[in-house]
Amino acid sequence: MDDIKKRRKFDTKVQYLQYKALREVARGAWNGDLLDKVLDIPNVIIPGNLPTMRCCVYKERAIMAERVKLAMGGDRTNPNVIEVIDIACDDCPTGGYEVTNACRGCLAHRCEDVCRKNAISFDHQQKAHIDKNLCVECGQCAKVCPYSAIVSRRRPCENSCKVKAISMNENKAASINNDKCTSCGACVYQCPFGAIIDKSFILDVIDMIKKSENNTKYKMYAVVAPSISSQFTYAKLGQVVTGILKLGFFNVVEAALGADMVAYKEAAELAEKGFLTSSCCPAFVDYIRKQFPELAEHISANLSPAATIAKYIKETSSPCKVVFIGPCTAKKMEFQKPEVRPYIDSVITFEELQALYDSRDIDIETLEESALDNASYFGRIFARSGGITDAVRQALKEQNITNFDYKPVTCDGIEACRTALLKKSKGVLDANFIEGMACVDGCIGGAGCLTHGEKNKREVDAYGRLAMEKSISDAIGIYNLARAEVPAANEEED
Amino acid sequence: MVKVTVCIGSSCHLKGSRQVVEELQYLINKHDLGDRVELSGTFCMGRCGEDGVSVTVDGDYYAVKPENVIDLFTDVIMKKAE
Repeated sequence: MDDIKKRRKFDTKVQYLQYKALREVARGAWNGDLLDKVLDIPNVIIPGNLPTMRCCVYKERAIMAERVKLAMGGDRTNPNVIEVIDIACDDCPTGGYEVTNACRGCLAHRCEDVCRKNAISFDHQQKAHIDKNLCVECGQCAKVCPYSAIVSRRRPCENSCKVKAISMNENKAASINNDKCTSCGACVYQCPFGAIIDKSFILDVIDMIKKSENNTKYKMYAVVAPSISSQFTYAKLGQVVTGILKLGFFNVVEAALGADMVAYKEAAELAEKGFLTSSCCPAFVDYIRKQFPELAEHISANLSPAATIAKYIKETSSPCKVVFIGPCTAKKMEFQKPEVRPYIDSVITFEELQALYDSRDIDIETLEESALDNASYFGRIFARSGGITDAVRQALKEQNITNFDYKPVTCDGIEACRTALLKKSKGVLDANFIEGMACVDGCIGGAGCLTHGEKNKREVDAYGRLAMEKSISDAIGIYNLARAEVPAANEEED
Repeated sequence: MVKVTVCIGSSCHLKGSRQVVEELQYLINKHDLGDRVELSGTFCMGRCGEDGVSVTVDGDYYAVKPENVIDLFTDVIMKKAE
């Protein structure tokens, strides 16, 4: 397959660069000669002596060496799964709102009128100026200027980080405040220089696959997020599943079945407690704990769908290891939490799955299709904003809970979550269920997706309609089989 | 105790593992064998190509179609449980 075609599997060239580091690291790991070859990887990926991205090939290779480090797990002393590559950060301007020379010196002065801080003044040519000591960066002036003459010179990373965890360090490189960061990965996707990257656990996964000795020592289960239906669109979903099996997994299970289980239990929990927030999105849950600790008691007691199905797999099918494959960088943080660690052994993203395929030269377009059908329509639509809201409504109906007046608020993106949580903390929220998704559009907008697009929501809904089971109760009909064959997980922890 | 395990992986699900489970549960209750037959599930037995849902009874393998559950129950499970 040629270079261009491969690149088209990704939204940006930055993703493609990190993919190449992941692929080469994975190749070394499969072959068992990674440690011998690791120092050569930057030269393999960036050959020759003509720079194509930075000032010289030596800087390009130095940055690539950092990408390789992250592909191998990154800085183990940093608890955050999101890291900045200092030397890759281009020190973008940080001036905030500025008046450009597109200002025509008009007479209306809408910018002045709308500025509540009186930060805008005019020179003798009627051109606007912003007093940086007064400006609070609200952006109203930029919105009303008829010439779009006022622009924001905020860094894309800071702009993307709605929880305000990114600032500048003494070297002007981006710096992440771990006390605020929810590991959502928005900055990873938005940085145009690829200077912020999520750590990878592909080496752990390859090690687990190898040590399973073809699934004889223990079985390798892949739990795939329903957003996979909007990914790998160059192939069929059944081929994606076969590809995962070819990598050495024993079986692939839908996280959406865990979502069915969660929706069923969450509906009953909601009716009992009277107010709840969803607990599916790890970045949303982390955000509540960090910014609204007084509301943490209202977070649903359910594990996330991925952890719920992983727990079920461990209870029914041990000895086994469970790897979650999804769109989410925050899942890499979630699975390390003590309440999830016994069930999920590692997490990789769709980007990393693509790298694993190519590290084994698996061309999924040529494979036969395998089945993937465990969940209902409602479990599958958890992948998009509004899905949990719909599923909980359905689960209330299926359990005949009619004496509860369901008033959900669907929060699409962390800013909408913040608004709802603020209202709740002030006692003015007219709702009894908050569906919180940190990424805009829901999981299909996740940073670990290969591609992000308009069509993705439709793909998820179409995938939902293909499910054999039409109701949540039918999908989880097998749930009461969960009587564990082996005591709950963790029994073969190394 | 007779141990009956039904595959609930994707392939078997499409071949009707839910119906198999429901039928077995019905028959176990009907014959009041709840304390002598233990029903459980597992994700994939690695025999997705078989014509029927993968079921093991005390470790012995059977491929069962939903309409044939009654045969497995009377010929194998009942006999073992008695």
